Amino acid sequence: MIYTEFSFPNDSHIIWSLMIVTYPFISGIMAGAFSIAALYFVFGMENLKPVSRFSLLVSFSFLVCATLPLLNHLGHPERALNVIIMPNHRSAIGGFGYIYNIFLVILALTLWFSYREDVIRAAEAAGGLKKKILTFMLLWNLGKDDDTRDVDRRLVFILTAIGIPSMAVLSGYVGFLFGSLKSNPWWSTPLMPFVFFVSGIMSGLALVLLLYLYLGWYGYLEKSYKCLRTLSALLWFSTALYIILEGVELLYFYYESSDAWFVISTLLLTKLKYSFFVLQLGIGLGVAFILLSAMFALKLEEPSFAKMAAVASIYILFEVWMMRWNIVIGGQLFSKSYVGFRDFHPGWMEKEGILVAIIFTVLPLVVLFMVTRFLGVRPSGDESAQIDNPGVNTDEELP
Amino acid sequence: MKKKRVVKRPKSRREFLKYAASGMAGMLIVTLMPKPSWAQRIHQIEEMKHVPDWMDHYYAYVVDTTKCIGCGACVRACKRENNTPDGYFRTWVERYQITDTGHVYIDSPNGGHESFPPKDVEGNVLKGFFVPKLCNHCRNTPCTQVCPVNASYETPQGVVLVDKEICIGCGYCVQACPYDTRYIDPRTHTADKCTWCYHRITKGLAPACVTVCPTKARIFGDLKEKKSEVREIIESQRVMVLKPELNTEPYCFYIGLDRAVR
Repeated sequence: MIYTEFSFPNDSHIIWSLMIVTYPFISGIMAGAFSIAALYFVFGMENLKPVSRFSLLVSFSFLVCATLPLLNHLGHPERALNVIIMPNHRSAIGGFGYIYNIFLVILALTLWFSYREDVIRAAEAAGGLKKKILTFMLLWNLGKDDDTRDVDRRLVFILTAIGIPSMAVLSGYVGFLFGSLKSNPWWSTPLMPFVFFVSGIMSGLALVLLLYLYLGWYGYLEKSYKCLRTLSALLWFSTALYIILEGVELLYFYYESSDAWFVISTLLLTKLKYSFFVLQLGIGLGVAFILLSAMFALKLEEPSFAKMAAVASIYILFEVWMMRWNIVIGGQLFSKSYVGFRDFHPGWMEKEGILVAIIFTVLPLVVLFMVTRFLGVRPSGDESAQIDNPGVNTDEELP
Repeated sequence: MKKKRVVKRPKSRREFLKYAASGMAGMLIVTLMPKPSWAQRIHQIEEMKHVPDWMDHYYAYVVDTTKCIGCGACVRACKRENNTPDGYFRTWVERYQITDTGHVYIDSPNGGHESFPPKDVEGNVLKGFFVPKLCNHCRNTPCTQVCPVNASYETPQGVVLVDKEICIGCGYCVQACPYDTRYIDPRTHTADKCTWCYHRITKGLAPACVTVCPTKARIFGDLKEKKSEVREIIESQRVMVLKPELNTEPYCFYIGLDRAVR
């Protein structure tokens, strides 16, 4: 039978628009940034020390902004707390309140213990209202002797270790929201949580790498070529893993060739032809992976390596955003009749339009800037000596 | 010799943290406690207690596609009865035309509200028929499963409803429904769907669409009633449900469902 195009009458509207594209993008960066801190604090990956605490700040800034696009999307944001007060325990979203808040508390405590000494210094240097606020934030404990420092370090280890599964759940959970919907063949795959998790790690690594290149090379963070190489290697690894997952997913759909493949193949070859194959896989993933591979294969040295890492990171961020678009919007471009398709063109000034999406995407960076400024902390390594000498190259073996 | 570590902390901070942790744990326990949703409590309200046996039913719906003539009376009646917004449908009718070229032509202009004007198709029509669609009031409902706040729920009579006072308008239920019978009402910003005219059936009346159908293509009744028409049809005839492979267990049954139906 050859079906002519037909959409169900209620299928003329895109329910989940740019806000639902923005949320997984932000939460993915949050997860990726936290994983860097976890690799240092829990697994002792010393090379990542210069960005370890800074990535916690990045993660926190993105986490506190993550719910904004969701709230803006809701038809009744004033009822949002219903999700926490009277959750449906059978619903995937019903668990959001717990998952989000647990990770928020863990991350806030981790930050508190890891930056406590910096905040004490800022409180000592400040005066007036700022001093009072900072002292309150420290719960009136200004002790920074060796014993206190030791307790802080142990607690950061424990909290980060607990934070790893929480972060993985919060990040992969977005994928579960989509993957568990049997009504939509483009979403309904058990691989979806892993695809979201790994791509989230990629985007977090890419953004921290970009920020590190900027802040490290301009003297705000401890400059370390080893750290840059490790971040790039992790980015390469996660990108390779992502390619495998995405490839397996598509191959599975194709080989199974079920009713779903008809609509998925038509979707990919028509509505998503440009955004999926050209923008996401070609320009985003392809270019980024080639650049990352070339950096290591050609054994590039620092200036060229750093430049290529920066470019690759931008492409990775673009790829991940396009992936969010193709999953979230792409999954709504066909009717549940599976034989009808539609278009989606977001407006600039709409409630869930392009401008608002840009604001919500950039807002975490503004929060990051404000937090570091207000606390008076330089997002640097543990030792105060490094804070006093920003921009010092600590890689002794580097020329 | 290992130095004994003594960490002095002000008592006030310790107490502060202790109370904060206790408070958070208490809040968590309260939210985890099983409790009936506000929506479910509606069914215990005093006002309905004077209606005899209003809860003692278990409803089902049968669509006989062999009888539907596509007049659209049901769509119009539903719109009038439930004041559905323009462009959104609690029920609609689809026209299928299968030609000798192997093509399947499906259309539903404005949900079939103004019936069906003739449509040009390629080749000769081998068979043509109409298929009314509405919420399937599933037992294994994907929509109530995903609702984060229990705003979508199933009544004891087997009717799936939405409590608009609780719905947060996230749209997850709309995405989860494989039959596309839900939508976000642009006026209330909450989910909306067919209720089998719950306000009518609880008073012993039939849904509006069933009442106006001139060919009796739509049949509604109580499965608990031994002599009800729906029970007799389901027990004696070959009935089918939409998308059975999804295991949603619909309680809207179809007679004469063609394999071409989406």
